[in-house]
Amino acid sequence: MATSAVPASGTTPLPVLVSKSDIKPTWCPGCGDFGVIAALEMALKRLKIPPHETVIVSGIGCSSNLPHFLNTYGFHGIHGRSLPVAEGIRWANHGLNVIVTGGDGDGFGIGAGHFVHAMRRNVKLTYVTMDNEIYGLTTGQASPTSTMGAKTKSTPAGVIEHPINPIALAIASGATYVARGFSGEVKQMADLIAGALQHNGFAFVDAFSPCVTYNKLNTFDWFRQRVYKLESTDHDPSDISKAFTRAQEWGDKLPIGLFYKADRPTYEDLEEVLQAGPAVQQPCGLVGRESVLDEFL
Amino acid sequence: MSEISVRTGGAAGDGIASVGDVLGKSLSRMGLHVFGLNAYQSVIRGGHVWFQARASSDPIHSQGDQADVLFALNKETAQIHLPTMNAGSTIVYDPEKFDLADGELPVGTKKLAVPTLEIGRKYSNQSILQNAAGMGATAYLVGIPFPILQQTLADSFGRKKGDVADWNIGAAGDGYRFAEKHSGANDHAVKPVGPPKLLMTGNAAIALGAAAAGCKFYAAYPMTPASTILHWLAAHARQLGIVVKQAEDEIAVVNMAIGASYAGVRSMCATSGGGFALMVEGIGMAGMTETPLVVVESQRSGPSTGLPTKTEQGDLNMMLGAGQGDFPRAILAPSDAGEAFRATVKAFQLAEDWQTPIIVASDFHLSESVMTVEREEVPFPGPIPSLYTVEPNGGDYKRYAYTESGVSPRALPGQPGLQFKAGSDEHDERGRLISDVLSGVPIWVAERAKMMDKRMRKLEGLRAAGPVPSLEGPGDAALTFVAWGSTVGAIRDATYLLKAKGITTNLVRIPQVYPLATSVLIPLLSHTRMTLLVEANFSGQLGHLIRAETGVALPHRFLKYDGEPFTPGEITQKALEVVSHGH
Repeated sequence: MATSAVPASGTTPLPVLVSKSDIKPTWCPGCGDFGVIAALEMALKRLKIPPHETVIVSGIGCSSNLPHFLNTYGFHGIHGRSLPVAEGIRWANHGLNVIVTGGDGDGFGIGAGHFVHAMRRNVKLTYVTMDNEIYGLTTGQASPTSTMGAKTKSTPAGVIEHPINPIALAIASGATYVARGFSGEVKQMADLIAGALQHNGFAFVDAFSPCVTYNKLNTFDWFRQRVYKLESTDHDPSDISKAFTRAQEWGDKLPIGLFYKADRPTYEDLEEVLQAGPAVQQPCGLVGRESVLDEFL
Repeated sequence: MSEISVRTGGAAGDGIASVGDVLGKSLSRMGLHVFGLNAYQSVIRGGHVWFQARASSDPIHSQGDQADVLFALNKETAQIHLPTMNAGSTIVYDPEKFDLADGELPVGTKKLAVPTLEIGRKYSNQSILQNAAGMGATAYLVGIPFPILQQTLADSFGRKKGDVADWNIGAAGDGYRFAEKHSGANDHAVKPVGPPKLLMTGNAAIALGAAAAGCKFYAAYPMTPASTILHWLAAHARQLGIVVKQAEDEIAVVNMAIGASYAGVRSMCATSGGGFALMVEGIGMAGMTETPLVVVESQRSGPSTGLPTKTEQGDLNMMLGAGQGDFPRAILAPSDAGEAFRATVKAFQLAEDWQTPIIVASDFHLSESVMTVEREEVPFPGPIPSLYTVEPNGGDYKRYAYTESGVSPRALPGQPGLQFKAGSDEHDERGRLISDVLSGVPIWVAERAKMMDKRMRKLEGLRAAGPVPSLEGPGDAALTFVAWGSTVGAIRDATYLLKAKGITTNLVRIPQVYPLATSVLIPLLSHTRMTLLVEANFSGQLGHLIRAETGVALPHRFLKYDGEPFTPGEITQKALEVVSHGH
């Protein structure tokens, strides 16, 4: 990280690695989210990213409780609004590593507008969604990624809406790192998240993270039988057309891995005010800037 | 005292705003007190728009009632405004554009036919030059010395100097000389009285106040009448080092502002009622996570989309009730541009000191009117300190520690050893959730109540720390006005009119509408002979609040909800009715 997250002070803290906090996850035994937090922790440790320079932002839902379970800074906000909070954090202090976690309802339902706009801005964020195709914390209603025909409490006759395709949406919206992981493949997901953390731009990792309580359709076994790794194919992540084509695959074969990666200046690279360093470290106020009143005379 | 009111009107797209800006600024450069009202419609072309600049050698606080000079760009303007002209007034028009028979003029109003189009054609075929010619004639009638008009006009073209600026100055000069030659003596004309005064809109004052207070992040979504705060800050962002973001909607706006504040910068957002409605959940989150936040709510006529370019004070109930549950907040209600600057600075201080959202309530009338302010009315606060104040203390850091004031030590992300979670769920002193597996467990039931008490103690702090109600005018008066926000201006002017009629009035003004300093307000209200509540809304929202908080009823009310600002004349009229008939 080129910029320091805090103003220089007299003491140099010992490097500390990210680890679990003293709060035990509240997820159901066997929940896919355990695989995601394990992968995230592995990636942060591998890159030796200090916990105090890391903020994990989330919205509301089972997976949005994640920030509490690691020893970083965290902002556990309201439903669907994690991305704007994270963007505000980046623009105030782009020395911080900002990670956003949440579910498919939070990100692609109530938060869909923010999802699209954060990606077109290419804000440097790592966004990890725990996509279980269901609303879990509210006890089992259809989500934006629920499969057509899925019977849930809110759709007893089956879902009649086409599901959102988060990967295709991300590529179309301008995300510059688009990947899919699976909680049953923690090592690969850790690699994908590490790649995301190192990427200079909006990095999106959609993680298949089965809900063992409310989704009896998209289970661990269901995913295991279908996933295959993009890195074991000839897929070229720099080719946006091929990335789109892979993103359309749904059914018997589900690709996981890095779909798309591109280099494009980030919002922070292009925002002139931030070229002088993180906003938190810049001078403020109008003392000595009396000339600002000239236009009113 | 010398005073003049000049109006210019036409269709949207005619360039009325520019004419008004130049006339208003020329008057403030003469050292006069100026109040300029910008009246426009929610259209880009067509309709009727007008601008009124009132200038006086003595302090004035509103646009006034009548006009002394009217520059009409179309017949509609003449028809609408002629009935409100003072005796001895003059209308400037171009007979090539429309006819004006003597019989159409009110008794005592003169007409000055200026060949504005013909003058314009001398320079270019751009018809907009007629404005400069008419402006020149109008400026002469108003009493603006030509060199001041010329300089203001030149400045208004800024970098676009060259032919266009020269043509405009030429046409203005021709119009000026035409009026000099063809108009009779003008007893209303004002004279320069001193050095130039600052002239700004309420919104510019708010933007300037934010910059002065150390704001480093501003987010907004365009919405009249708050948009010009965005425009001013965006234009000055690089110069002042403020990150200015137009977001996808007001929900993103408020959440971005909260994120930036959480990360350690002073942060603000602004909107009108519709956008504020979208921000409500976010404002509650700022209250729950104890994140400082300044939100400007510039009200316009509601409900729903309402009258987008007209004024109202109808959102007080929404500001009071914004958010589920109880959390501490304050609502400041400045009355003029100088106070809008200081209220914004104060809002940042309150937000930071009390770690909670602070709302600055403006409205169309304050936000978009221009008014003169003295330099000392907009004092820049001294060097703004860094927010990194909490020192690492070895792992026992409690972000939400119980304190007497309710304010807990605030660490910022990036500080080693102080990692905490800010949560919109209920939490304990360390920020750990008590909303899921712990909720309902007896010791955590008590903890929840304790945490509510801690947060709400800050409301009492805000009650004492904010600006308190004040009495303006003599202690003993026949009638006491009670008001908040921009309506105060017309009331201040009305007190002079009433005094001239032998009626002594005073004013109880509420600069912080919530939480109310009841210990100050109750004695003020109980020492009145008769009160008149003046509000620009249907239901008397401040009156309800005062009754709820103090038990004092204000039976006489002057409520206006037609979209137009109060004028001194109508307040005077109402006050006379109340004093003479008791209703």
